Amino acid sequence: MKEQFVKTEELSFSYQAENENEAIPAVKNLSVEFSSGEYVAILGHNGSGKSTFAKLLNLILEPVSGRLFVDGKERTAELSEGELLDLRRTVGMVFQNPDNQLVATIVEEDVAFGPENLGYPREELRKRVDDALATVGMTEYASYEPHRLSGGQKQRVAIAGVLAMTPRCIIFDESTAMLDPSGRREVLSTIRRLNREEGITIINITHYMNEAAEADRILVMNDGELLFEGTPDEVFSRRDELLAVGLEVPQSAELVFRLREAGIDLPTEALSTPEKCAACIADAYFAKRKGGAVDG
Amino acid sequence: MKGFTLGQYYPGNSFIHRLDPRAKIILGILAIVCTFLCKTLFSFILLFALTLILAILSRIPLKILLRSLRPVLFILLFTSLVNIFMTKGENLLFEYWIFHVYEEGLWNALFMIVRITSLIVMTGIFLTYTTTPIALTDGLEQLLSPLKKLHIPVHDFAMMITIALRFIPTLAEETERIMNAQRARGVNFSSGGLFKRVRSLIPILIPLFVSAFNRAFDLANAMECRCYHGGEGRTRLNVLHYKAADFIAMILLLGIGIGLFFANRFTFGGMIR
Repeated sequence: MKEQFVKTEELSFSYQAENENEAIPAVKNLSVEFSSGEYVAILGHNGSGKSTFAKLLNLILEPVSGRLFVDGKERTAELSEGELLDLRRTVGMVFQNPDNQLVATIVEEDVAFGPENLGYPREELRKRVDDALATVGMTEYASYEPHRLSGGQKQRVAIAGVLAMTPRCIIFDESTAMLDPSGRREVLSTIRRLNREEGITIINITHYMNEAAEADRILVMNDGELLFEGTPDEVFSRRDELLAVGLEVPQSAELVFRLREAGIDLPTEALSTPEKCAACIADAYFAKRKGGAVDG
Repeated sequence: MKGFTLGQYYPGNSFIHRLDPRAKIILGILAIVCTFLCKTLFSFILLFALTLILAILSRIPLKILLRSLRPVLFILLFTSLVNIFMTKGENLLFEYWIFHVYEEGLWNALFMIVRITSLIVMTGIFLTYTTTPIALTDGLEQLLSPLKKLHIPVHDFAMMITIALRFIPTLAEETERIMNAQRARGVNFSSGGLFKRVRSLIPILIPLFVSAFNRAFDLANAMECRCYHGGEGRTRLNVLHYKAADFIAMILLLGIGIGLFFANRFTFGGMIR
């Protein structure tokens, strides 16, 4: 059994409305657990509170109520600056727009930004920067200026910048949303590798269904609450509930559901990947042919 | 837009390019002092020679160096005219109506031209042409770091400049995008009078500002996520190191400055009034 790494208890957050006294709740009493080394996707429509929730996990936003535990320690009590830095070092975050999260004018200096803030000595900085750039495959771009890189490359530099702090968990807040398909592939394969090879806990916030399908577990959020959760197979079998909150199932799963609607009896338990869907349709087709042969 | 370089930096690998940015800032200041030490024809000739030697050492084409004088062309013209017509002296050369031109006025005008030209060219050679803006910021931060003891936020200023430099290409791209978007909506940026043109900038500036603020919020979050908490306890990946050449260059220029001061004793030709 994997150990629990991040845990929230009744975590809530509300934004202050423009007319002073009113508070708009964004996250409502959310209790979730993430275990160490897990790959979790959070799905939700725009405004479902998924990004806000992510920002609560490393206290970029301070929860109104509830408790947050990371790595066995409560993080919502009064934190000293050292403890806060430790939390942000442990739970890193990569944002949506690659342009808005690179600080320095040279790739390697940007990667060094986090560790520099943590005050590591120079030899250690060098090693961390080199390791992080190698992990995301950007070593040869170390002395480039960020604005000369493609979107996917910039996002990999941003990931390296977080990696250089040796986090145990990385939150991706719609990090592929602004990328072209090839950039998205680059980033996704990097995420997968970090999870499998480095054992880093991944929380990927997304509204791409195919991306969510790669995770071990999917949380579906709506209106600041956790709607339901489960493995990709479980979540994508609940198509109508997803549709009701403005989400959808992957296209291949959608095909299976449409065929069902057309009167073909297909199972909906395992539809998270196109391969599984194809297998499901093929099984039904061959079963029917066999049955037909017996009939005829 | 991808090949966009900032400022006047002229990429190269000359002796001056390779100097430490801190040394170059000090050299730049020394150069300014040098130009103001000169008072006589002899020292101005030396100053002019120094400027030429530096220009050759930096291996920057003369054409590019002269381009840096363009913004001060008006000042050059204006000061020389003022000097020619307003200086009172002994040797009257020319007189017409209320205009009196004395020999001293001509010398003064010449000296001012040499002084301003060498000032601009020398600081350009030491600073903007051979040093990237980011190296300059680093140099300035490390040079001024003793001021931190006086609670002057040196690090914060340097960080602000670094971020500004980092975002110039990003915002330039953004501006182009917005301009294209507005052109597609029928805004005409290139015709009409001055007033109309300035007014057509509004639909560019407002979206640009909105997006710049959004970027600033995002960036602040990203920086906090990466444990930024001011300059305190922060280490640096790339630390500047003085080399022997840096000290030699500074001592040399200091020597030249002293030399120029004493060169003022040779008082042939004209001198500044």
